[in-house]
Order: sequence, then C-alpha cells, then structure tokens
Amino acid sequence: MSGLATDARTATVNRPPRPAPVNRKARRRLLHGFLILMSLVWLFPLLYAVMNSLRSYEYTQDNGYLSLGGWTFDNYTTAWERAGFAGKFVNTLYVTVPGVLLTLFLSSCMAFVLARFSFKLNLTLLGVFLAANLLPQQALLIPLYRMFREIPLPEFMNADGGTLLNSYWALILVNTAFQTGFCTFVLSNYMKTIPKEIYESAMVDGASVLRQYWQLTLPLCRPPLAALATLQVTWIYNEFFWATVLMQTGDKFPITSSLNNLRGQIFTDVNLVAAGSLIVALPPLIVFFVLQRQFVSGLTLGATKG
Amino acid sequence: MAVDSPVAVRGRKGRPKARAARMSRGDRIAVTLMVAVPTLLVLGLVWVPGILSVVLSFTRWEGIGGVDTIEWIGTENYTNIFTIYPPFEPAVTHNLIWLVVLFLVPTPLGVLLAVLLDKELKGGRFYQSAFFIPIVLSLALVGFMWQLIYSRDQGLINDITGGTTDWYGDQDVNLWAVLVATCWKQTGYVMLLYLAGLKAVDPSLREASAIDGASETQTFFRVVFPVMRPINVIVLVITFIEALRAFEIVWVVNKGRNGLELISTLVTNNIVGEASRIGFGSALATIMLAILSVFVVMYLRIALREEPR
Repeated sequence: MSGLATDARTATVNRPPRPAPVNRKARRRLLHGFLILMSLVWLFPLLYAVMNSLRSYEYTQDNGYLSLGGWTFDNYTTAWERAGFAGKFVNTLYVTVPGVLLTLFLSSCMAFVLARFSFKLNLTLLGVFLAANLLPQQALLIPLYRMFREIPLPEFMNADGGTLLNSYWALILVNTAFQTGFCTFVLSNYMKTIPKEIYESAMVDGASVLRQYWQLTLPLCRPPLAALATLQVTWIYNEFFWATVLMQTGDKFPITSSLNNLRGQIFTDVNLVAAGSLIVALPPLIVFFVLQRQFVSGLTLGATKG
Repeated sequence: MAVDSPVAVRGRKGRPKARAARMSRGDRIAVTLMVAVPTLLVLGLVWVPGILSVVLSFTRWEGIGGVDTIEWIGTENYTNIFTIYPPFEPAVTHNLIWLVVLFLVPTPLGVLLAVLLDKELKGGRFYQSAFFIPIVLSLALVGFMWQLIYSRDQGLINDITGGTTDWYGDQDVNLWAVLVATCWKQTGYVMLLYLAGLKAVDPSLREASAIDGASETQTFFRVVFPVMRPINVIVLVITFIEALRAFEIVWVVNKGRNGLELISTLVTNNIVGEASRIGFGSALATIMLAILSVFVVMYLRIALREEPR
C-alpha cells in the first residue's frame, strides 16, 4: 500500500486544484439536505404509526388522516388486552431466553474446538453449520413437523402432556439449531485470533480442555458474545415462521404471531393495529437504542471476518 | 509460530496446535461432547429434515396416516408442478421480480448512503440510526405497520389521492406495495454491511488516489469499490438468498395469494393448508432448496475462503 502511495506522490506534479471553499460548502449543504430528506422519509412510516396509534378511529375516519386531533391512549390498552400481549410476552420470554443462552453455549463450544484444534473435518463442519443458517425454513417443515409430532414429552416438561409439537421446547430447539451455525462461524473466527501461546502455558499448568474453554477462551470472547447475544435476542424475538407453524394453540403464540388477533375478519382498525405493532416493536427498538454498537458489530462480524 | 513454546521445551514434538492423540481421556470426552451435541442438533433439525424433504418429494402422502401410507410415484410431483399447477409460474416470476427489485433499489441506495455516511459528518449518528431502525423490526411486523399506509379505507395513500386501491389486496399492485416495505428494511442492512466494509479499506489508498487528482466519485468506483470485492460478493449473495427466502411479509398480508404467490408460500400452503399434499409440497421445497443451494455454496466459498487448513 505504502509503495503505491509514494508512487502516486512522486507522480503528482500538475493536478487540478482542489475545489474552492465556497463550492465545498455548497456541496456539504447539498449532502446534508439529501441526508435529512432521506432520513425523514425513512423515519416517516414509524413516526406516522406512532402518531396514529395515539388517535381514535372515529376521529381519523371523520376528519381524515391528514388532520390532527382525536388524541387518546385507548388503542394501546385495547390492543394490549385484545391480543393478550401480557401472556404473549411471557411466551416469547420462554422461547427467547433459553434459545439465546443455548445457542451461545453450543456455538461457543463448537467454535472453541474448531479454533483450538486442527482436525481434518474442521472446515467441513464449519460449512455444514454455516449452510444450515441459510437453508429455507419452509423446506424443512414437513419432516420436522412429523418428527416433533412423534416425540412425546414427559408431563413435567409440558403441561399438556402432549408431544414436542406445540411446545416451547420445539421452538427453542429449532431456533437454536438454525442460529448455531452463524454464531459458530463468528465465534470461531474470533477465537482464531487468540494467540496459541496462551493455551500452551495453560496446558503446562495442567488446565483441562474444559477449563481452557471456560476460564480462558470465554472471558476473552466477551465482545463477540455480547454482539451475538444482542443480535440473537432480536432475531429469536422476531422469529415468525416456526412460531406460526409449530404452535397450534393461540395461547402459546409468541408475540409477533399474535398480532393477527388485532385484525378482524371483515374490518380492521388500522390505528389499533399500529398500536399493537408498536408494542411489539418496542423491545427490539429499546435493544437497538441501548445496544446499537453491539447490534451493528454483530451483523458485520459475520460478513467481514472482523 | 511459538518455537520456544513450553510444550516444545518439554521435549514433545513442538506442534503449535494440540492433537487429539495427546489429550487425556477426560479432555477427549469433553472435546467429543463439545462437537457432538451441537453437530447432532444441526444435523438432526436442519440437515436430516432437508434430506427427508427431498426424499418425500418423490412420493404421494396425505400425511394423516403413518409412514407406511407413503406411496412412491417417482418424478410425478415435479411433472405436475411444471405442467398442471397454475400458481407455480407466477410464484417464480414474483421471486424473480423480488430479486431484481432488491438489486436495483436497496442495494445501490444502501451503497450510496454508506459512502455518504462514511465521512465524519455532523449528525452522522442520527442519519445512521434512521436507516438502521427498520433492520431490528421483523418483516412480519413491517407488514402490519405499513397497513396504515396501504389500507383501502384507512390508508394514507388513498387518503391523499382520494383513490380506492386496496394496496395489499389488488393483485396488480400488491407485490409492489410489499416490495416497497421490504426495501425500506433492506436498504439499512446493505448500508450497514457497506459501512463496515468501507471502514476496513486502507485509508492510504484513498489518499493516494486523491493526490493523483481523482475525484471522489472516481476514487470510489476505481479504487474503493474493487478493493471491497469480498463485501460486494457477500451483499450480492445475501440479496439472492433473501429474495428466494422471502416469506414473512407476504404471509402476514394474505398468506401468499392473489398476486403475492412466492415459492415459499406455495410450499407452506401445500403443507399446512386444508389440503395437505406432502409429497407435492416437498417437491416445491426441493426446487427451492436446489436453487438456494447454489448461492449457499457461493456464500460458503467466500466466507470460508481464508481458512488455511
């Protein structure tokens, strides 16, 4: 790189002068103008939803959506009750918390072995894991559905005493299986940057593989684990397909799939749906604003091998 | 690497990496479990079902009876899909339109925004957040949220124009309506990936180019963009995969009917719908799997490329 730079420097004799400051100022203004416009366009659907979720249906019907007024908080309370969000949030917690923890635990185990030892099958395994994350979920539906239906659950695991189908276990397992590939990939890339000497001195001290994993590797992997945790919470929280097809009874639906309760057969009050949508959107939005750095680095870790 | 490592000093063969053969029994059990449990989960819940779907695609099965009611019919399902299944052609067309739109709108726009925001700008964080926000929302949720804009009687568009189009329902327009909402989310994602890629570009490259008198546009297209080849390819492949897997937003709008047919919704409708045609649905799933696997392999080749093993 530096060679190129010096070449370029020596070759620079007659170059057009830099643009005049006035011109640059104008360009900067244009740039900000464009960005402000675009940001407003992008924020609009969300802000518009916030605004109308706070207005009554009657008012917007009579005065049109371009009016202002009819402010009320009723949509939120109605949506909360009608969609049964209190229970649905708990359902989502049942799936998300164990799902994320299990995903991070299993993928860190896998990544540790892949990064720490050189077995012949390492690359193949990583490929098998990463590809699993990209396969279309619909293509796995029938066999999984039948498999889950055949596996009975002991009563202490499922109050219905039924099968794996229609149980939180199914959702936890499927989400974990799908997300483990991506997390393993990201974590093993990160773990490969840990110098081998650390492990060697640990081995001299007689530390077992498990202790190396738990006391050396995991503490060093806090940054990618934090990033992945943020990402996975959002993804599993948002997960829609498996929740829709594997859960059979409405009372077990996680939050996203229960939004349908707010739509009537014939008539739908969109202000109410907006309020419901925003209730559902709130946790990911909070995660995003509080942990934006983790979220962004989690997404880019997978793509850039950072 | 580590020639004088403690292991070497102790007289063993100084390989920098531990080998399974040198491990104690406890270590071997631990390593086996650490690999076996995740692998079994991924194989059992992703790969085995995937392969079984391919197998089932050569059968006829209502799915009600046991496994013994499965009837082998060879490639009949595939023949039927291509000859006497009307929704297949629109579904493929819609997936292709989806793909083209993702390429033409959010991808260039995301790249442009990333380039503009890569400079240290006043308010850069605000702009970034505005485009990032849709990424954290699920497409299902996005579908619900945009009802406020698209609804026939209560939607913003009809309120302004005085029209009576049902933007989610009318099969001439609903695909485009759904795509606008999808682009709303996808743009921020592309921008995010490119921003990360741009940060990783060696600044001296740009300096050299600037000293050479290249304009910013020239620098980007002739210097920065080619250097970012890995990110370019990743974004390309991700776009393909997203376009082929598109499902959620269409499913919440109308379960993929009336102009919103996609291959993914055909699969789902054939399996969980009233008439459960498992073999037929599996054949559709296999077609989807076959197309996608091309891009998955491409993705793997890039992602695993720098693995000297």
